Amino acid sequence: MEKKLKATEEQLTYAKILDMGMKIGLLALIITFIVYISGVLTPHIPVNDISKYWGMPVHQYLEAANIPHGWGWLGMIGKGDFLNFTGIAFLAGITVICYIAIIPILFRKKDTVYGVLAIVEVLVLVLAASGILKSGGH
Amino acid sequence: MSYGRFIVMCIAVVSIGLCLCFSGLAESGQQAAEMSPDSSATPWWVWPLVLFVVTFVLGIAAVLGGVGGGVLFVPIIGGFFPFHLDFVRGAGLLVALAGALAAGPGLLKKGMADLRLAIPVAVIASSCAIVGAMIGLALPANVIQTALGITILGIVAIMLIAKKSEYPDVKQADALSTALRINGIYHEVSTGQEVNWKVHRTPQGLATFIIIGVMAGMFGLGAGWANVPVLNLLMGAPLKVSVATSKFLLSITDASAAWIYVNNGAVLPMMVVPSIIGIMLGSIVGVRILAKTKPTAIRYMVICLLLFAGTRALLKGLAIWK
Repeated sequence: MEKKLKATEEQLTYAKILDMGMKIGLLALIITFIVYISGVLTPHIPVNDISKYWGMPVHQYLEAANIPHGWGWLGMIGKGDFLNFTGIAFLAGITVICYIAIIPILFRKKDTVYGVLAIVEVLVLVLAASGILKSGGH
Repeated sequence: MSYGRFIVMCIAVVSIGLCLCFSGLAESGQQAAEMSPDSSATPWWVWPLVLFVVTFVLGIAAVLGGVGGGVLFVPIIGGFFPFHLDFVRGAGLLVALAGALAAGPGLLKKGMADLRLAIPVAVIASSCAIVGAMIGLALPANVIQTALGITILGIVAIMLIAKKSEYPDVKQADALSTALRINGIYHEVSTGQEVNWKVHRTPQGLATFIIIGVMAGMFGLGAGWANVPVLNLLMGAPLKVSVATSKFLLSITDASAAWIYVNNGAVLPMMVVPSIIGIMLGSIVGVRILAKTKPTAIRYMVICLLLFAGTRALLKGLAIWK
Protein backbone atom coordinates (compact mmCIF):
# COMPACT_ATOMS: atom_id res chain seq x y z
CA MET A 1 0.00 0.00 0.00
CA GLU A 2 1.43 3.41 -0.99
CA LYS A 3 1.96 5.79 1.89
CA LYS A 4 2.35 9.52 1.64
CA LEU A 5 3.84 11.56 4.43
CA LYS A 6 3.89 14.85 2.55
CA ALA A 7 1.23 16.41 0.40
CA THR A 8 1.54 15.11 -3.15
CA GLU A 9 2.66 17.19 -6.12
CA GLU A 10 -0.89 17.54 -7.45
CA GLN A 11 -2.19 18.48 -4.00
CA LEU A 12 0.43 21.23 -3.64
CA THR A 13 -0.26 22.53 -7.16
CA TYR A 14 -3.98 22.60 -6.41
CA ALA A 15 -3.37 24.41 -3.09
CA LYS A 16 -1.08 27.01 -4.69
CA ILE A 17 -3.60 27.96 -7.40
CA LEU A 18 -6.51 27.90 -4.95
CA ASP A 19 -4.64 30.21 -2.59
CA MET A 20 -3.82 32.71 -5.32
CA GLY A 21 -7.31 32.55 -6.83
CA MET A 22 -9.04 32.99 -3.48
CA LYS A 23 -6.98 36.12 -2.72
CA ILE A 24 -7.59 37.64 -6.17
CA GLY A 25 -11.32 36.80 -6.00
CA LEU A 26 -11.78 38.23 -2.54
CA LEU A 27 -9.93 41.41 -3.44
CA ALA A 28 -12.04 41.78 -6.59
CA LEU A 29 -15.18 41.25 -4.50
CA ILE A 30 -14.24 44.01 -2.04
CA ILE A 31 -13.09 46.51 -4.70
CA THR A 32 -16.16 46.02 -6.91
CA PHE A 33 -18.46 46.34 -3.89
CA ILE A 34 -16.83 49.66 -2.96
CA VAL A 35 -17.35 50.81 -6.57
CA TYR A 36 -20.99 49.70 -6.29
CA ILE A 37 -21.91 51.42 -3.02
CA SER A 38 -19.88 54.53 -3.73
CA GLY A 39 -21.89 55.09 -6.91
CA VAL A 40 -18.81 55.44 -9.14
CA LEU A 41 -20.66 53.28 -11.68
CA THR A 42 -24.44 53.69 -11.84
CA PRO A 43 -26.12 50.44 -10.77
CA HIS A 44 -28.85 48.77 -12.82
CA ILE A 45 -31.08 48.83 -9.73
CA PRO A 46 -30.60 52.02 -7.69
CA VAL A 47 -29.41 51.20 -4.16
CA ASN A 48 -32.46 52.96 -2.71
CA ASP A 49 -34.76 50.60 -4.64
CA ILE A 50 -33.00 47.28 -3.98
CA SER A 51 -35.17 46.58 -0.92
CA LYS A 52 -38.24 46.46 -3.19
CA TYR A 53 -36.80 43.41 -4.94
CA TRP A 54 -35.03 41.29 -2.34
CA GLY A 55 -38.29 39.99 -0.83
CA MET A 56 -39.46 38.63 -4.20
CA PRO A 57 -38.97 35.06 -5.44
CA VAL A 58 -36.06 35.05 -7.88
CA HIS A 59 -38.16 34.51 -11.02
CA GLN A 60 -40.38 37.47 -10.14
CA TYR A 61 -37.30 39.59 -9.35
CA LEU A 62 -35.69 38.83 -12.72
CA GLU A 63 -38.87 39.82 -14.52
CA ALA A 64 -39.56 42.94 -12.44
CA ALA A 65 -35.98 44.23 -12.65
CA ASN A 66 -35.52 43.15 -16.27
CA ILE A 67 -32.44 41.04 -15.57
CA PRO A 68 -31.23 38.35 -18.00
CA HIS A 69 -30.56 34.72 -17.04
CA GLY A 70 -27.20 32.98 -17.14
CA TRP A 71 -24.19 34.90 -18.36
CA GLY A 72 -26.37 37.82 -19.45
CA TRP A 73 -24.80 39.80 -16.57
CA LEU A 74 -21.62 40.08 -18.65
CA GLY A 75 -23.46 42.49 -20.93
CA MET A 76 -24.29 44.64 -17.90
CA ILE A 77 -20.82 44.68 -16.39
CA GLY A 78 -20.65 48.45 -16.77
CA LYS A 79 -23.35 48.75 -14.10
CA GLY A 80 -22.13 49.06 -10.50
CA ASP A 81 -24.20 46.15 -9.16
CA PHE A 82 -23.33 43.73 -11.97
CA LEU A 83 -19.64 44.55 -11.76
CA ASN A 84 -19.70 42.60 -8.46
CA PHE A 85 -20.38 39.41 -10.42
CA THR A 86 -16.80 39.41 -11.72
CA GLY A 87 -15.49 38.67 -8.20
CA ILE A 88 -18.31 36.22 -7.46
CA ALA A 89 -17.76 34.35 -10.76
CA PHE A 90 -14.01 34.26 -10.16
CA LEU A 91 -14.46 32.72 -6.70
CA ALA A 92 -16.95 30.17 -8.05
CA GLY A 93 -14.71 29.39 -11.04
CA ILE A 94 -11.30 29.01 -9.40
CA THR A 95 -11.91 25.32 -8.63
CA VAL A 96 -12.13 24.53 -12.36
CA ILE A 97 -8.70 26.12 -12.91
CA CYS A 98 -7.25 24.08 -10.02
CA TYR A 99 -8.59 20.84 -11.52
CA ILE A 100 -7.36 21.69 -15.03
CA ALA A 101 -3.88 22.29 -13.57
CA ILE A 102 -3.65 18.89 -11.88
CA ILE A 103 -4.94 16.78 -14.81
CA PRO A 104 -1.54 16.67 -16.63
CA ILE A 105 0.24 15.81 -13.37
CA LEU A 106 -2.12 12.91 -12.71
CA PHE A 107 -1.68 11.49 -16.23
CA ARG A 108 2.10 11.98 -16.09
CA LYS A 109 2.12 9.90 -12.89
CA LYS A 110 -0.01 7.29 -14.73
CA ASP A 111 -2.81 7.85 -12.24
CA THR A 112 -5.37 7.36 -15.00
CA VAL A 113 -8.43 6.81 -12.79
CA TYR A 114 -7.90 10.07 -10.92
CA GLY A 115 -7.04 11.85 -14.18
CA VAL A 116 -10.39 10.75 -15.61
CA LEU A 117 -12.20 11.68 -12.37
CA ALA A 118 -10.62 15.14 -12.53
CA ILE A 119 -11.79 15.55 -16.14
CA VAL A 120 -15.32 14.49 -15.11
CA GLU A 121 -15.25 17.06 -12.29
CA VAL A 122 -14.20 19.80 -14.73
CA LEU A 123 -17.12 18.82 -17.00
CA VAL A 124 -19.56 18.91 -14.04
CA LEU A 125 -18.36 22.37 -12.96
CA VAL A 126 -18.36 23.71 -16.54
CA LEU A 127 -21.90 22.39 -17.01
CA ALA A 128 -22.99 24.13 -13.79
CA ALA A 129 -21.29 27.36 -14.87
CA SER A 130 -22.52 27.23 -18.45
CA GLY A 131 -25.96 28.61 -17.71
CA ILE A 132 -27.55 25.80 -19.74
CA LEU A 133 -29.25 24.43 -16.63
CA LYS A 134 -32.27 26.56 -15.83
CA SER A 135 -34.63 25.87 -12.97
CA GLY A 136 -38.40 25.94 -13.35
CA GLY A 137 -40.35 28.80 -11.82
CA HIS A 138 -42.31 28.70 -8.59
CA MET B 1 -17.03 35.29 36.20
CA SER B 2 -14.48 33.55 33.98
CA TYR B 3 -13.41 35.01 30.63
CA GLY B 4 -14.91 32.04 28.79
CA ARG B 5 -18.32 32.37 30.45
CA PHE B 6 -18.32 36.10 29.81
CA ILE B 7 -17.70 35.53 26.09
CA VAL B 8 -20.42 32.85 25.92
CA MET B 9 -22.90 35.18 27.56
CA CYS B 10 -21.94 38.09 25.33
CA ILE B 11 -22.35 36.05 22.15
CA ALA B 12 -25.65 34.58 23.36
CA VAL B 13 -27.07 37.98 24.28
CA VAL B 14 -25.84 39.64 21.08
CA SER B 15 -27.13 36.79 18.88
CA ILE B 16 -30.60 36.67 20.42
CA GLY B 17 -30.79 40.48 20.62
CA LEU B 18 -29.80 40.89 16.98
CA CYS B 19 -32.29 38.24 15.84
CA LEU B 20 -35.19 39.84 17.73
CA CYS B 21 -34.19 43.39 16.81
CA PHE B 22 -33.78 42.66 13.11
CA SER B 23 -36.89 40.53 13.05
CA GLY B 24 -38.83 43.61 14.22
CA LEU B 25 -36.98 45.82 11.73
CA ALA B 26 -37.72 43.38 8.93
CA GLU B 27 -41.40 43.31 9.83
CA SER B 28 -41.68 47.11 9.85
CA GLY B 29 -39.74 47.30 6.58
CA GLN B 30 -42.04 44.79 4.94
CA GLN B 31 -45.12 46.62 6.22
CA ALA B 32 -43.78 49.91 4.85
CA ALA B 33 -43.03 48.29 1.51
CA GLU B 34 -46.55 46.85 1.35
CA MET B 35 -48.13 50.22 2.19
CA SER B 36 -45.98 52.21 -0.19
CA PRO B 37 -44.14 50.17 -2.79
CA ASP B 38 -42.25 53.19 -4.09
CA SER B 39 -40.60 54.05 -0.82
CA SER B 40 -38.78 52.11 1.87
CA ALA B 41 -38.88 53.07 5.54
CA THR B 42 -35.32 51.86 6.14
CA PRO B 43 -32.35 53.56 4.42
CA TRP B 44 -30.64 51.19 1.94
CA TRP B 45 -27.33 51.07 3.82
CA VAL B 46 -28.90 49.73 7.05
CA TRP B 47 -29.39 46.19 5.76
CA PRO B 48 -25.88 45.51 4.45
CA LEU B 49 -24.53 47.00 7.69
CA VAL B 50 -26.85 44.81 9.76
CA LEU B 51 -25.88 41.78 7.67
CA PHE B 52 -22.21 42.54 8.24
CA VAL B 53 -22.70 42.78 12.02
CA VAL B 54 -24.83 39.63 12.24
CA THR B 55 -22.54 37.57 10.01
CA PHE B 56 -19.55 38.79 12.02
CA VAL B 57 -21.19 37.36 15.16
CA LEU B 58 -22.17 34.20 13.26
CA GLY B 59 -18.57 33.84 12.08
CA ILE B 60 -17.38 33.84 15.71
CA ALA B 61 -20.15 31.46 16.80
CA ALA B 62 -19.47 29.09 13.88
CA VAL B 63 -15.79 28.67 14.75
CA LEU B 64 -16.48 28.25 18.47
CA GLY B 65 -19.41 25.91 17.84
CA GLY B 66 -17.49 23.80 15.33
CA VAL B 67 -19.98 24.31 12.50
CA GLY B 68 -19.77 25.90 9.06
CA GLY B 69 -20.95 29.45 8.43
CA GLY B 70 -23.63 28.39 5.94
CA VAL B 71 -25.51 26.19 8.39
CA LEU B 72 -26.02 29.18 10.72
CA PHE B 73 -26.44 31.77 7.95
CA VAL B 74 -29.36 30.29 6.02
CA PRO B 75 -31.85 29.57 8.84
CA ILE B 76 -31.05 32.75 10.79
CA ILE B 77 -30.96 35.20 7.87
CA GLY B 78 -33.85 33.35 6.17
CA GLY B 79 -35.92 33.35 9.35
CA PHE B 80 -35.40 36.87 10.68
CA PHE B 81 -34.53 39.06 7.70
CA PRO B 82 -36.73 40.42 4.90
CA PHE B 83 -34.83 38.66 2.10
CA HIS B 84 -36.51 35.94 0.05
CA LEU B 85 -35.21 32.47 0.77
CA ASP B 86 -33.94 32.13 -2.84
CA PHE B 87 -31.43 34.94 -2.27
CA VAL B 88 -30.59 33.73 1.25
CA ARG B 89 -29.68 30.28 -0.06
CA GLY B 90 -27.60 31.76 -2.88
CA ALA B 91 -25.75 33.95 -0.37
CA GLY B 92 -25.44 30.99 2.06
CA LEU B 93 -23.67 28.91 -0.57
CA LEU B 94 -21.28 31.73 -1.42
CA VAL B 95 -20.57 32.32 2.29
CA ALA B 96 -19.77 28.61 2.75
CA LEU B 97 -17.75 28.62 -0.50
CA ALA B 98 -15.66 31.63 0.54
CA GLY B 99 -14.90 30.03 3.91
CA ALA B 100 -13.85 26.78 2.22
CA LEU B 101 -11.70 28.59 -0.35
CA ALA B 102 -9.94 30.48 2.42
CA ALA B 103 -9.25 27.36 4.49
CA GLY B 104 -8.58 24.95 1.60
CA PRO B 105 -5.03 25.90 0.57
CA GLY B 106 -3.63 25.64 4.11
CA LEU B 107 -5.34 22.34 4.77
CA LEU B 108 -4.06 20.87 1.49
CA LYS B 109 -0.50 22.10 2.00
CA LYS B 110 -0.34 20.60 5.51
CA GLY B 111 -1.67 17.31 4.17
CA MET B 112 -4.67 17.43 6.52
CA ALA B 113 -7.17 17.60 3.66
CA ASP B 114 -6.63 14.67 1.33
CA LEU B 115 -7.10 15.15 -2.40
CA ARG B 116 -7.36 11.40 -3.09
CA LEU B 117 -10.21 11.11 -0.60
CA ALA B 118 -11.87 14.29 -1.85
CA ILE B 119 -11.81 13.77 -5.64
CA PRO B 120 -14.18 10.75 -5.93
CA VAL B 121 -16.49 12.19 -3.27
CA ALA B 122 -16.50 15.60 -4.99
CA VAL B 123 -17.62 14.18 -8.34
CA ILE B 124 -20.73 12.70 -6.71
CA ALA B 125 -21.47 15.53 -4.27
CA SER B 126 -21.01 18.36 -6.80
CA SER B 127 -23.15 16.64 -9.47
CA CYS B 128 -25.91 16.08 -6.93
CA ALA B 129 -25.57 19.64 -5.56
CA ILE B 130 -26.49 20.91 -9.05
CA VAL B 131 -29.64 18.76 -8.97
CA GLY B 132 -30.39 19.98 -5.43
CA ALA B 133 -29.97 23.64 -6.42
CA MET B 134 -32.32 23.20 -9.38
CA ILE B 135 -34.92 21.47 -7.22
CA GLY B 136 -34.56 24.17 -4.56
CA LEU B 137 -35.13 27.00 -7.03
CA ALA B 138 -38.11 25.23 -8.58
CA LEU B 139 -40.01 24.50 -5.35
CA PRO B 140 -42.26 27.04 -3.59
CA ALA B 141 -40.60 28.98 -0.75
CA ASN B 142 -42.91 27.56 1.95
CA VAL B 143 -42.02 23.98 0.97
CA ILE B 144 -38.28 24.79 1.07
CA GLN B 145 -38.72 26.71 4.33
CA THR B 146 -40.50 23.74 5.95
CA ALA B 147 -37.94 21.24 4.66
CA LEU B 148 -35.15 23.57 5.82
CA GLY B 149 -36.68 23.68 9.31
CA ILE B 150 -36.84 19.88 9.46
CA THR B 151 -33.25 19.62 8.17
CA ILE B 152 -31.92 22.11 10.73
CA LEU B 153 -33.68 20.24 13.54
CA GLY B 154 -32.13 17.04 12.13
CA ILE B 155 -28.70 18.71 12.22
CA VAL B 156 -29.32 19.62 15.87
CA ALA B 157 -30.07 15.94 16.57
CA ILE B 158 -26.88 14.89 14.72
CA MET B 159 -24.84 17.40 16.72
CA LEU B 160 -26.27 16.10 19.99
CA ILE B 161 -26.21 12.37 19.25
CA ALA B 162 -23.35 11.67 16.83
CA LYS B 163 -20.10 10.71 18.49
CA LYS B 164 -16.75 11.46 16.94
CA SER B 165 -13.87 9.09 16.70
CA GLU B 166 -10.39 10.59 16.77
CA TYR B 167 -8.80 7.53 15.14
CA PRO B 168 -11.49 5.08 13.95
CA ASP B 169 -10.51 1.44 13.95
CA VAL B 170 -10.34 0.38 10.30
CA LYS B 171 -9.20 -3.23 10.32
CA GLN B 172 -9.06 -3.61 6.57
CA ALA B 173 -9.48 -1.19 3.70
CA ASP B 174 -12.26 -2.16 1.29
CA ALA B 175 -11.58 -3.14 -2.32
CA LEU B 176 -12.64 0.20 -3.81
CA SER B 177 -10.53 2.36 -1.50
CA THR B 178 -7.58 0.00 -2.06
CA ALA B 179 -7.98 0.30 -5.84
CA LEU B 180 -8.21 4.10 -5.56
CA ARG B 181 -5.32 4.17 -3.06
CA ILE B 182 -7.26 6.26 -0.57
CA ASN B 183 -4.92 6.15 2.40
CA GLY B 184 -2.16 8.22 3.90
CA ILE B 185 -0.09 9.37 6.81
CA TYR B 186 -0.48 12.68 8.54
CA HIS B 187 1.63 14.31 11.20
CA GLU B 188 -0.28 14.84 14.46
CA VAL B 189 1.24 18.00 15.91
CA SER B 190 -0.23 17.53 19.42
CA THR B 191 1.43 14.12 19.94
CA GLY B 192 4.26 14.38 17.43
CA GLN B 193 3.14 11.04 15.96
CA GLU B 194 2.63 10.03 12.38
CA VAL B 195 -0.84 8.59 11.96
CA ASN B 196 -1.43 5.93 9.29
CA TRP B 197 -4.95 5.91 8.00
CA LYS B 198 -7.09 4.03 5.51
CA VAL B 199 -10.83 3.89 4.90
CA HIS B 200 -13.53 1.25 4.60
CA ARG B 201 -17.19 1.13 3.48
CA THR B 202 -16.25 3.36 0.53
CA PRO B 203 -19.24 2.43 -1.71
CA GLN B 204 -21.71 3.17 1.11
CA GLY B 205 -19.91 6.42 1.91
CA LEU B 206 -19.95 7.55 -1.71
CA ALA B 207 -23.66 6.69 -1.99
CA THR B 208 -24.41 8.85 1.06
CA PHE B 209 -22.87 11.83 -0.72
CA ILE B 210 -25.71 11.67 -3.26
CA ILE B 211 -28.11 12.80 -0.51
CA ILE B 212 -25.60 15.21 1.03
CA GLY B 213 -24.98 16.87 -2.34
CA VAL B 214 -28.69 17.30 -3.07
CA MET B 215 -29.30 18.81 0.38
CA ALA B 216 -26.30 21.14 0.10
CA GLY B 217 -27.56 22.53 -3.20
CA MET B 218 -31.20 22.66 -2.18
CA PHE B 219 -30.75 24.51 1.11
CA GLY B 220 -27.48 26.38 0.51
CA LEU B 221 -26.24 25.19 3.90
CA GLY B 222 -22.77 23.97 3.04
CA ALA B 223 -22.52 20.35 4.11
CA GLY B 224 -19.80 20.03 6.75
CA TRP B 225 -22.41 18.87 9.27
CA ALA B 226 -23.00 15.78 7.11
CA ASN B 227 -19.58 15.34 5.47
CA VAL B 228 -17.69 14.91 8.73
CA PRO B 229 -19.85 12.11 10.26
CA VAL B 230 -19.81 10.18 6.96
CA LEU B 231 -16.04 10.51 6.40
CA ASN B 232 -15.22 9.88 10.06
CA LEU B 233 -17.82 7.45 11.41
CA LEU B 234 -18.92 5.61 8.27
CA MET B 235 -15.72 5.53 6.20
CA GLY B 236 -13.30 5.57 9.13
CA ALA B 237 -11.04 8.50 8.21
CA PRO B 238 -9.35 10.11 11.26
CA LEU B 239 -11.31 13.04 12.68
CA LYS B 240 -8.80 15.72 11.67
CA VAL B 241 -8.53 14.35 8.12
CA SER B 242 -12.36 14.18 7.95
CA VAL B 243 -12.85 17.76 9.16
CA ALA B 244 -10.14 19.13 6.85
CA THR B 245 -11.24 17.13 3.80
CA SER B 246 -14.87 18.11 4.46
CA LYS B 247 -13.95 21.79 4.57
CA PHE B 248 -12.00 21.47 1.32
CA LEU B 249 -14.84 19.47 -0.29
CA LEU B 250 -17.20 22.41 0.27
CA SER B 251 -15.08 24.48 -2.11
CA ILE B 252 -16.05 22.05 -4.89
CA THR B 253 -19.61 21.06 -3.91
CA ASP B 254 -20.72 24.60 -3.14
CA ALA B 255 -19.04 25.99 -6.28
CA SER B 256 -21.19 23.79 -8.53
CA ALA B 257 -24.41 24.69 -6.66
CA ALA B 258 -23.43 28.36 -6.46
CA TRP B 259 -23.17 28.54 -10.26
CA ILE B 260 -26.81 27.42 -10.55
CA TYR B 261 -27.89 30.19 -8.16
CA VAL B 262 -25.70 32.78 -9.98
CA ASN B 263 -26.99 31.78 -13.42
CA ASN B 264 -30.59 31.79 -12.24
CA GLY B 265 -30.26 35.30 -10.77
CA ALA B 266 -30.52 34.28 -7.10
CA VAL B 267 -27.45 36.25 -6.01
CA LEU B 268 -27.66 39.84 -4.79
CA PRO B 269 -24.25 41.50 -4.28
CA MET B 270 -25.80 43.79 -1.64
CA MET B 271 -26.41 40.66 0.48
CA VAL B 272 -23.48 38.49 -0.54
CA VAL B 273 -20.48 40.80 -0.11
CA PRO B 274 -21.20 42.12 3.43
CA SER B 275 -22.06 38.55 4.49
CA ILE B 276 -18.83 37.04 3.14
CA ILE B 277 -16.66 39.77 4.67
CA GLY B 278 -18.56 39.66 7.98
CA ILE B 279 -18.34 35.90 8.39
CA MET B 280 -14.66 35.76 7.39
CA LEU B 281 -13.67 38.51 9.85
CA GLY B 282 -15.83 36.84 12.51
CA SER B 283 -14.05 33.53 11.87
CA ILE B 284 -10.66 35.17 12.36
CA VAL B 285 -11.82 36.64 15.71
CA GLY B 286 -13.44 33.30 16.60
CA VAL B 287 -10.17 31.43 16.13
CA ARG B 288 -8.48 33.85 18.58
CA ILE B 289 -11.27 33.49 21.16
CA LEU B 290 -11.20 29.71 20.77
CA ALA B 291 -7.76 29.61 22.39
CA LYS B 292 -9.09 31.32 25.53
CA THR B 293 -12.45 29.71 26.14
CA LYS B 294 -14.18 26.35 26.52
CA PRO B 295 -15.73 25.39 23.19
CA THR B 296 -18.20 22.93 24.79
CA ALA B 297 -20.30 25.67 26.36
CA ILE B 298 -20.41 27.62 23.10
CA ARG B 299 -21.20 24.47 21.15
CA TYR B 300 -24.37 24.08 23.25
CA MET B 301 -25.18 27.74 22.68
CA VAL B 302 -24.85 27.22 18.91
CA ILE B 303 -27.06 24.13 19.17
CA CYS B 304 -29.70 26.23 21.00
CA LEU B 305 -29.39 28.93 18.31
CA LEU B 306 -29.88 26.29 15.59
CA LEU B 307 -32.82 24.79 17.49
CA PHE B 308 -34.45 28.21 17.65
CA ALA B 309 -33.72 29.02 13.98
CA GLY B 310 -34.85 25.55 12.84
CA THR B 311 -38.12 25.84 14.76
CA ARG B 312 -38.63 29.32 13.31
CA ALA B 313 -38.01 28.03 9.73
CA LEU B 314 -40.40 25.12 10.26
CA LEU B 315 -43.17 27.29 11.72
CA LYS B 316 -42.62 29.98 9.07
CA GLY B 317 -42.86 27.34 6.34
CA LEU B 318 -46.09 26.01 7.84
CA ALA B 319 -47.40 29.61 8.12
CA ILE B 320 -47.79 29.23 11.92
CA TRP B 321 -45.17 31.90 12.81
CA LYS B 322 -45.06 34.47 9.99
